[in-house]
Amino acid sequence: MINLVKKFIKKVFKDIFRKRKQLKIGLYGPPNGGKTTLANRICQDWIGEEMGLVSNIEHETREIQVKESVKVEKDGKSLMFNLVDTPGIATRIDYEDFMKKGLSESESKRRAKEATRGVIDSIKWLDTMDVVLVVLDATKDPYSQVNITIIGNLAARNIPVLVVGNKIDLKRSKIKKVKSAFPQYEVIGISAKKGKNMDEFYEALFVLAG
Amino acid sequence: MGLTLQFIPYLEIEGLSSIGRIRKLLNAVKENKIVLLEGRLRKEEETELIKTTMEEINSEFKGIELAVIYPESQNMAFFRKAKQHFINMLLGDRQGLTIVGPASVVKEIKKDPNKIQLFTTDVKVKAKRPSKKKKNKG
Repeated sequence: MINLVKKFIKKVFKDIFRKRKQLKIGLYGPPNGGKTTLANRICQDWIGEEMGLVSNIEHETREIQVKESVKVEKDGKSLMFNLVDTPGIATRIDYEDFMKKGLSESESKRRAKEATRGVIDSIKWLDTMDVVLVVLDATKDPYSQVNITIIGNLAARNIPVLVVGNKIDLKRSKIKKVKSAFPQYEVIGISAKKGKNMDEFYEALFVLAG
Repeated sequence: MGLTLQFIPYLEIEGLSSIGRIRKLLNAVKENKIVLLEGRLRKEEETELIKTTMEEINSEFKGIELAVIYPESQNMAFFRKAKQHFINMLLGDRQGLTIVGPASVVKEIKKDPNKIQLFTTDVKVKAKRPSKKKKNKG
């Protein structure tokens, strides 16, 4: 009887410990950097399904999306984590910008409202992350204050960061500029859409989170 | 329409709480002023500024543009860096400059390590057409 109780307690503690050990990896960055495309790529590569919708209109992801128990394997090692895709962080949201993309006024206003809530949620979730992948559009200026603020905050919270320069398949991408903007961080250039350089990305992920 | 720049010395925010600092900046920005703050906010205050901005966005207030110019400490010698860190801890981060402007006025702030460019939104000004001279008849 005592043994049974002991086994039960051990199992409960083991389960709690295992649950706590489940890493939470967050995808952060400005809108339209390719966070959801990367989340989809990771999920397609390892669990054979997509995670969220992508679009060329900013703020497509307006709610936090979590894919639990994603298992990545490499060279006999495995890494299990919960993947968290977050809405893009911005300092301005204007419903008229959505109207310029062809959405109706009411739809644009609704989308803008949801996008502001999404940014607030992304910031609220920062503290709960174990590792963060900051996904930047390598064709755009890396020195934007949103990028610097996100990375600075993660550093202040001692959360490990991997900077991902996405869209390197595009000719106008400048991965060297991204690297020179964040010299103190590991920067990996990928194309989440085309699956370019993903091996190097998973290697860096193992080093950071493994 | 002219642009209004408001300089806020660090002394003015030194004694304020985080909420107070953010409120002071946002209140000025909501009056369509571009704020030049001596020094910078704490890192978590910068994030809080973005969060508060999002909470207050409506059809009139479209958000902010934000940029922080900060001297690079990477090339500093160890003792100088440590000294700077110590001074910042004691007196607050007075180095550098924080620029915050309303999104309706400031379209974009482009930052390079060596320069900063502030683009304002196009203000359509109707140019007065020169009045047509009346043709003299006869």
